[in-house]
Amino acid sequence: MSVEVVRAGLLSTVQDLGRPGLADLAVPRSGAADPASLRLANRLVGNADDDAGVETTLLGVDLLFHAARWVAVTGATCPVRVDGRAGDADRPLYVAAGATLSIGAARCGVRSYLAVAGGIAVAPVLRSRSTDVLSGIGPPPLTAGTVLPLGEPHGPPAPVDTAPHPVMPTLARLRIVAGPRDDRFTPAAIRTLSTATYEVTTASDRIGVRLRGPRLAGRTGGGLPSEGVVLGAVQVPPTGQPVVFLADHPTTGGYPVIGVVDPDDLWMVAQAGPGTLIRFAAFS
Amino acid sequence: MTGPRVRAVGRFGWLVELSSDGEVAALHRYLVARRERGDLPGILDLVPGARTVLLDGTPAGPGRGGGLGRAALNALLRDWDPAAPMTGPPPRHVEIGVRYDGVDLADVARLTGYGEDAIAAAHTGTDLTVAFCGFSPGFAYLAGLPAMLRVPRREEPRVAVPAGAVALAEGYTGIYPRRSPGGWQIIGHTRVELWNTDREPPALLSPGTVVRFTRLPR
Repeated sequence: MSVEVVRAGLLSTVQDLGRPGLADLAVPRSGAADPASLRLANRLVGNADDDAGVETTLLGVDLLFHAARWVAVTGATCPVRVDGRAGDADRPLYVAAGATLSIGAARCGVRSYLAVAGGIAVAPVLRSRSTDVLSGIGPPPLTAGTVLPLGEPHGPPAPVDTAPHPVMPTLARLRIVAGPRDDRFTPAAIRTLSTATYEVTTASDRIGVRLRGPRLAGRTGGGLPSEGVVLGAVQVPPTGQPVVFLADHPTTGGYPVIGVVDPDDLWMVAQAGPGTLIRFAAFS
Repeated sequence: MTGPRVRAVGRFGWLVELSSDGEVAALHRYLVARRERGDLPGILDLVPGARTVLLDGTPAGPGRGGGLGRAALNALLRDWDPAAPMTGPPPRHVEIGVRYDGVDLADVARLTGYGEDAIAAAHTGTDLTVAFCGFSPGFAYLAGLPAMLRVPRREEPRVAVPAGAVALAEGYTGIYPRRSPGGWQIIGHTRVELWNTDREPPALLSPGTVVRFTRLPR
């Protein structure tokens, strides 16, 4: 019981909810960049929330099914086809044995999530099946010909028509809590952060989304002794151009973190493609 | 005496600032023990740094409050005695054999004014302690080096440093667990396996582990 990768797309990886709890050994948390979308896909096919699925990047993925399965595609808006026939995203979809599921290029958002009933059953590493692109832990990214084993379906798919979910806006407003190192920045930089518009650059990945916009000037310009950093941290290297950390972020850093994006809004960072506009607003 | 400064890290995390390696180690041990007793609700990771301990309860997705609040953390910190004798299991001791044949040995000799034998003697002459991990899974920042081995990073980082390279920078020594880019000064090599995900625990060195280097013939 397996699926076979026919077209891997730009970067398609196996993801579950990651491996938190090992940051003191410098192991990134990893897991789905937009975990709410993976959870939704899993629920639609009757899986547990933490079953592993496939996360795609911008260009989708094509998979040949060697076993019949219920599936669901969530996350970035994209065309979904089964043997060339259009299917729906955000609802359970039946794929017969021998059929090919095509997840097309994202029209809105970056990452689509595929859940297959029973989950992707690659061997876990440190209790997670997630690919961590920073440290190389977990299964390698998918390539054409990769065969992914499937688990046994737990139960029937969810009895829903379509699941509601928010759509990625072209201007994302991210709530942010200042600190822990906001005092390393000039008052002008703090004002800039809450008023300026930043643009997502192409140098963005699962480690972090790199922004371009008005420079955020530090008071000293220097680094600081290495300290732990969290998911959603907005780190400012000496260039003054902020980086928002995503799932595979390093566990420690030596550049000051000016603020932390609220977990409720992080899905927009994961779904922000190059050119997306970002504004930060103080959390209230 | 005022307690350590606590900074908010988003809605779900805290960064405690400390004044020495020793305080970081003591607070990390204390918080690990308190977490085992259930006193750190919602905290997923306890991450020591050079002068900080991060308590990270950031959920991966949408999250509600109800984790460890500032008042509860302050109460925990008031109960903490940095000078209290170590309790719990004694730290692990690891001996690591090193061939002192690193490509930067001559540069380190020039920077410190000591010869290669004196560098190896200083590196093997004292017990070192893992202050924190970072950079790459299993990479440990070992503190406790004699001051004579304090050297800066290389001006030009290397694109590829081999696994097992033993290196110095900024008062720490460390071992590259796998082939990776790196900017530290390489003084030697070891064959000891630092990181293996099939092993429990996967990291040979974790915060608090005591390390003694020994010199192997070149």
